Amino acid sequence: MRANCVLVIAAAVLLGGCATTSRIDPLEPVNRAMYAVHEPIDRTLVRPAIQAYVDHVPRFVRQTITNFFNNIDDLYSGINGLLQGKPDKAGHDFGRVMVNSLIGLAGLIDVASDAGIPRGEEDFGQTFASWGIPHGAYLFVPLFGPTSVRDGGGFLIRAYTTPVGFIDNVSLRNVIWGIGAVDLRAQALDAQTLVERAALDPYTFIRRSYLQRREYQVYDGQPPPAKEDDE
Amino acid sequence: MKTLKPVLFALLLALAPVVHAQEAPDALVKRVAQETLDLIKSDPKLQAGDPARVSEVIESRLLPHFDFARMTQLAMGRNWRLAAPEQQRRLTDEFRTLLVRTYANALAQYRDETIQMKPFRAESGATDVVVRTEVLRQGRAGVQIDYGMTRTPAGWKAYDVVVGGVSLVTNYRDEFNEQVRAGGVDGLVKALADKNRPGAK
Repeated sequence: MRANCVLVIAAAVLLGGCATTSRIDPLEPVNRAMYAVHEPIDRTLVRPAIQAYVDHVPRFVRQTITNFFNNIDDLYSGINGLLQGKPDKAGHDFGRVMVNSLIGLAGLIDVASDAGIPRGEEDFGQTFASWGIPHGAYLFVPLFGPTSVRDGGGFLIRAYTTPVGFIDNVSLRNVIWGIGAVDLRAQALDAQTLVERAALDPYTFIRRSYLQRREYQVYDGQPPPAKEDDE
Repeated sequence: MKTLKPVLFALLLALAPVVHAQEAPDALVKRVAQETLDLIKSDPKLQAGDPARVSEVIESRLLPHFDFARMTQLAMGRNWRLAAPEQQRRLTDEFRTLLVRTYANALAQYRDETIQMKPFRAESGATDVVVRTEVLRQGRAGVQIDYGMTRTPAGWKAYDVVVGGVSLVTNYRDEFNEQVRAGGVDGLVKALADKNRPGAK
């Protein structure tokens, strides 16, 4: 609980600090240092392991794992849909969770998608954005990747409340956390190849991709036209 | 009637390229995307990512529908005016090469995808439109891919590709800005050329 308080204070400081500058990445020197720590670890350890997972674990097993975690995402998406005043979207998400949890064996099978119920893909970061809270500083966290004060804060709320956290058996809980991390990272593998091919400076490329992607999600796929110097 | 026939025929011939050039932007995207996906499905060399065959297909099928000069100009933003015509030409060439290399790699990964066109709205006489599509594949979330397109004398051409909300041009604007700030326009040309050199990562 104390950690949470510290976090809230840190967030307030960073958000406040950001209000005086228009730049989205006031912590760039720190972030770049973090990226410099992240990149070699990711390249030499994480990526080969994830590639092995993709190469050796059959697709349907990986899909089942993705479905399981998506089911938890859908629950949060429903909650955030409500918090943003989007009852239709929330209804879809809660419907998905019910169908997939009951008929789809605790989320292992995505029956709802086959039935054509769309995923809301809302999260706390988007909810904060809809309440008018700005990104705050852009952050690059080693092993986690790009985020911002706002989105990272949202992620922490989620991480502290997720149903996985209520599993009493510590080793089982850790295994599920681990599989979830692998699943997430595996989904980003293709994007990474693209960044390497395309980017003159991967740090900048990832930052702008992240910010554009979040903007797109916040506006449910209809972001306002970008200004040229919106950094 | 007899004398009219050749005249009509000549007229038809003269009109043909015009009609082709005016293929609506959404129809163009649909046709090119569908043809390309079909081609990948029927060509094992493409599926295996054979570099020569992939670049051949990109050069002949896709590149004619892109306006790289405009793409480069937009990615340069204000810096475009800092570049001399010769530098602008080199920038456009190098940027084009970079994008072809990047997408050559991505092309081979397409397999069971289908493309779905989203409703298209444009005022008549518009010269700048967005064509929205969604690429669907079995068991995965669809990805929205939008094309910013401009009307040219040679038909509609794409100048931006927006994948899941991430605009290529906007991404490169940051990148180009950074390079120009650090080393001027020549610095950017050099950075692109280095990136394009065979064997570079």
